[in-house]
Amino acid sequence: MKQITIDPITRLEGHGRIEIFLDDSGEVDNVYFQVPELRGFEKFCEGRPVEELPSIVTKICGVCPGCHHMGSGKAVDAVFGVEPPPTAKKLRELFYMAHFVHSHIAHFYVLAAPDFVVGPDADPAKRNILGVIDVVGKEVGTEVIKQRRLAQEIQALLGGHQTHVVMNVPGGVRKGLTEEERGNIEKTAEGFIEFSKFSLKLFEDIVLNNEKYLDLILNGPYNLKLHSMGLVDRNNRVNFYDGKVRVVNTLGLEHCLYSPNEYQDYIAERVEPWSYLKFPYLKKKGWKGFVDGEYSGVYTATPLSRLNAAIGMATPLADKEYNRMYDILDCKPVHHTLAMHWARLIELLYASERALELAQDPDITGKDLRAEVKGIVGEGVGIVEAQRGTLTHHYWTDDRGIVTKANIVVGTTNNNAAICMSLKKAAQGFIKKGVEVNEGILNMIEMAFRAYDPCFSCATHNLPGEMPMILNIRNPKGEIINVIKRRRK
Amino acid sequence: MEKSNDKSKLKMAVYWGAACGGCCVSVLDVHEHLFDIIDAADLVFWPIALDFKYKDVENMEDDFIDITLFNGAVRNSENEHMAHLLRQKSKLLVAYGSCAHMGGIPGLANLSSKKDLLNRIYIESETTVNTERVFPQTITQVEEGELELPEFYEDVRTLDQVTDVDYYIPGCPPTSDRLLEVFTAIVSGAELPPKGSVIGAQMKPLCDECERKKSENKQVKKFLRPWEVVDDGETCFIEQGLICQGPATRAGCGYRCIKGNAPCRGCYGPTPDVIDPGAKMMSAIATAIDSDDSEEIERIVDSIVDPAGTFYRTSVPSALFRKKIVEEHMEV
Repeated sequence: MKQITIDPITRLEGHGRIEIFLDDSGEVDNVYFQVPELRGFEKFCEGRPVEELPSIVTKICGVCPGCHHMGSGKAVDAVFGVEPPPTAKKLRELFYMAHFVHSHIAHFYVLAAPDFVVGPDADPAKRNILGVIDVVGKEVGTEVIKQRRLAQEIQALLGGHQTHVVMNVPGGVRKGLTEEERGNIEKTAEGFIEFSKFSLKLFEDIVLNNEKYLDLILNGPYNLKLHSMGLVDRNNRVNFYDGKVRVVNTLGLEHCLYSPNEYQDYIAERVEPWSYLKFPYLKKKGWKGFVDGEYSGVYTATPLSRLNAAIGMATPLADKEYNRMYDILDCKPVHHTLAMHWARLIELLYASERALELAQDPDITGKDLRAEVKGIVGEGVGIVEAQRGTLTHHYWTDDRGIVTKANIVVGTTNNNAAICMSLKKAAQGFIKKGVEVNEGILNMIEMAFRAYDPCFSCATHNLPGEMPMILNIRNPKGEIINVIKRRRK
Repeated sequence: MEKSNDKSKLKMAVYWGAACGGCCVSVLDVHEHLFDIIDAADLVFWPIALDFKYKDVENMEDDFIDITLFNGAVRNSENEHMAHLLRQKSKLLVAYGSCAHMGGIPGLANLSSKKDLLNRIYIESETTVNTERVFPQTITQVEEGELELPEFYEDVRTLDQVTDVDYYIPGCPPTSDRLLEVFTAIVSGAELPPKGSVIGAQMKPLCDECERKKSENKQVKKFLRPWEVVDDGETCFIEQGLICQGPATRAGCGYRCIKGNAPCRGCYGPTPDVIDPGAKMMSAIATAIDSDDSEEIERIVDSIVDPAGTFYRTSVPSALFRKKIVEEHMEV
């Protein structure tokens, strides 16, 4: 049996490995995606004063620290049994929309767009953000950097520290917004909306209007029928900051709708000896192995699954784009892995519109920033949608508010089993007996992975990105008989 | 970003060990200045943004890289292997950020044992179903062949605990402004400070920079938790009874957390000539206590919850008591 090792995968902290086993005929027998790292935040959160956790768990991930800060902040509120005043909640959500804008821009333009704008089998030296700028023009590139920077600036303004935000205190936030600052954010949010519309148009021109790409999305080996998870508001529309978690089955029917403190009834995690990262699954379905279909307990928690799990978007322009996507793809739920990129841009538009709504909300410059803490409940769960999936923080404390236990289920971890299966499907689709495994094939396998925008910083408590690869082809003795390298310069 | 043979350009690498990615984001967060960096340096290895592989590093001649910014702590055998490899290939190896410098937040894991940590994650966790008590293994035989994982170490180590380090740039993450200053100095050929120096930070404590109002005589009768105090937004945190690491921490961060109305947690590391960061902080706190009565002092000190996790928030692996912890865990 031949074994193909892809190691390391990079732009993911470099801490990832793909092992592809071929059978004697040269067809793919099995694929393992391994996460070789663990830090173990749950353990060392123990013994800390619970109010310190929102600023400790940001260090789970430097790319989406704001998600952990918000999930944690909500769990801490629950531990103290305190509900933040409307201004505080809205400031948190406004921060959070800027966090989504920054992250979704980075993923689409820097990580995903090269495959479509430059081409999935283009010269790897050109298949990068610089190649994208060559095609779309330097003005667009400059605009990408600018819009991302503006989103970062909103985060720094509201959250203090530009990366590891220090915004939340039990029952609220540390800092309010002045009228002048509010006005600036309002203008910036209007710019976000225009940029989101531009990005959707770019996606349409370059991807949807290209028959080859459309065929790849619809008919390539990028299709997994799995349950879809996402946070929804009381009208079952997508919400990133608050609401209930809704899971729909492979046909779009509701599997469950749960409040944060009920998550243990619906989610379980499996341990495999060959990865430091656990494999969550739907508890009521049970673990049936790495299989897809209605029978499977494996689910996805991605931009696409969020859209699948909802009935629409809560803002008008994004909702229009939502309906358009399902009309064009002519099915719901959508199980085409690559449609995640489209869904992500619809979410970018939603986050931008929502940021504008919040910037125009009269409460946003309110002075009531904190509710008083009056006692300790001793246990609390906080759930938000991270860019890369539903994020759950659950803490237990003693009567002084010192953490006795913590359980964290992060965005990317939800998708661990699905990523393994997507890689296997893509590898099976492209590595065939008699077909030379070249760089282009590697990239096509990688595209299955990249769509998830996986964040293994979070998952090991690792980075989103595309995976440059080295592929060692070994003979049955384990000797390397061929090496294929793919790099982007 | 092309790997060129332009000998006049600096060859730079950025790598991460056990990290969150925030240090790499700090490099990206120079925004438009990234183009200045690319003009002055060839980035020969940077996994977050470029596709050079371990193999490419292995194939470099020794000292091929002028400067490597190594961020993240050393948590497993892969991190250590890369630390040695990059040391061998780099003229200057810089511990970049709190984790490489002092162990960082992941270093809090050294307050418990590896066994307890793995049990919490893989056995006790409320959502985990693992009746067969499966743990990740360095070698796993699967039906199709063999799978390997790096070894998870007993404890978290700083970069200088596994290899020779030339300089330290502190911060969680270092601010992009400080990074640009250091980068510009190196590119301009400025004379470098003695080996082992902390660069990209100041000599004075953060308090000297902080704009919050301070009085000469701090008078703390009890230390309070953040939810017990309504911060007035302008008075020194310590004077309001809140623990702030400002007195014992190097300036250089631009007091960013304090601008967000949050007290300092010491990520820029101790002021110069301090051997143990937490011990320095404890003596600074002692001077704020308003009492001469030993029992009262004891009571005031007792009002500090989690002193180890607070005073050594980002520095447990670099603390003097580290070795003791490791020995205790080994005996378990």
